[in-house]
Amino acid sequence: MNEFVETLLSLSWPQKIKKNYDVVIIGGGGHGLSAAYYLATRHGITNVAVIEKNYIGSGNSGRNTTIIRSNYGIPESVNFYKRSLELYGTLEAETGCWIMHSTKGIMWLVHTETGMRAERSRSMLNLALGVETSFISPAEAKQLCPQLDLSGGGRYPVVGGSYHAPGATARHDRVNWALAQGAMRAGVDIHQHTEVTGFDMVGDKVVGVHTNEGTIGAGRVLLATGGNVSEVAALAKLRLPVRTHPLQAFVTNSYAQGLGPIVSSTELLFYVSQTARGQLLMGAEYETQPSYSQHNTFRAMQSVAAKGAYLLPFMKNLRILRQWTGRCDVSLDFSPIMGPTGIENLAITTGWGTWGFKAIPVSGETMASYLATELVPDLIAPFALDRFARDTTMADQGSTGTR
Amino acid sequence: MLIINCPTCGPRSVEEFRFGGAAPHVPDWIVGESDRNLDYAWNLDNVSGPQVERWFHDSGCRRWSTVTRDTSTDTIVEDLD
Repeated sequence: MNEFVETLLSLSWPQKIKKNYDVVIIGGGGHGLSAAYYLATRHGITNVAVIEKNYIGSGNSGRNTTIIRSNYGIPESVNFYKRSLELYGTLEAETGCWIMHSTKGIMWLVHTETGMRAERSRSMLNLALGVETSFISPAEAKQLCPQLDLSGGGRYPVVGGSYHAPGATARHDRVNWALAQGAMRAGVDIHQHTEVTGFDMVGDKVVGVHTNEGTIGAGRVLLATGGNVSEVAALAKLRLPVRTHPLQAFVTNSYAQGLGPIVSSTELLFYVSQTARGQLLMGAEYETQPSYSQHNTFRAMQSVAAKGAYLLPFMKNLRILRQWTGRCDVSLDFSPIMGPTGIENLAITTGWGTWGFKAIPVSGETMASYLATELVPDLIAPFALDRFARDTTMADQGSTGTR
Repeated sequence: MLIINCPTCGPRSVEEFRFGGAAPHVPDWIVGESDRNLDYAWNLDNVSGPQVERWFHDSGCRRWSTVTRDTSTDTIVEDLD
């Protein structure tokens, strides 16, 4: 992290790695830091180390498009993300850090009859579970976002959609820093530039991790890496139903603050929100072929620019200034994988695909609870890794926003 | 941009192709028929490095080709047919 950030926060970096920790968390992204934060603040377990191979928030936690929402399509997910929204709402007050949380509402537009059915059932399910999502007509969409071209550039007419009023954005780096600072204040050690090279196993039991800084003993280990989880899990002979795809995000030059809600099309696979600086932050579908490459591709830029111009014609006058690419660990049923792994003392939180940022607080809270008590919280029980073996997958591809 | 060498059409852009996936591979250390079946059905190597995979030339000759692609750089390293 740079000097500006270091002076902004009161971070106390540990000088030395201890020989043993009660809990070692692999991965210093949002999910790892959040688990450490909740372990220390909710369960009083402070002998915790977060080890990160680069710097904290260098992976997907700093490469997403910062959208927070809970308009999912299956009850288990709706309840899970609803809790995350509650925790995000109080995170600023709790940590004392400004994470630039701003509730904007999110509009999911559809262009076909099939899409209408999906959005209608989504809004009904959400309302039944106490999440504010309403089914809207094109006229209502136009009222919420006057810049919208309802003819979709003549190619993708808007026939309706759903509007999720609690949809929000927060600055992703600030979320990481707030959680890191909170965890450090409570006594958690965060070791940057420490890469896991193997697991210390006694029989089928994990008793520590090997790193480039030596072996660290651990009571329990949480695997919270994003972007290359299959490679790290393979070190413990853990096989995962996960495929890694690159997803690109683009930012334009500034535009007067005028785009109210986050505009998204679930059928075009496009979403755009306006940042506090006035820039438009947008994304589209991920590459169809799995890869670990973080290159920018012309195909993606063309795709995102075309979709933006179809739905919001004023975007034709904007220029793309910045781009970044994250790696999405997409689980085969498009839901997260959380909880025990079948290997003793090794817990996992992965499969976060394109929906990880919005789950940072709830993932940390539930994983901390699991690590502290060894009881799987009800909220994440349906997302256990063994659901694939039990044939009870949580298929919800239509709610991923992009795919 | 990823360019794939189609055996009939020559080098074409990735947009014309459909990804057909890597050949499923179950490691030797998994024993037991049901464990092997389960791994075959669900788990993926998801390697960062060279991987043999199939591509379907969807918007072209509509034929399959096999290539080795390095997933860490997203580049084709070898055409296998």
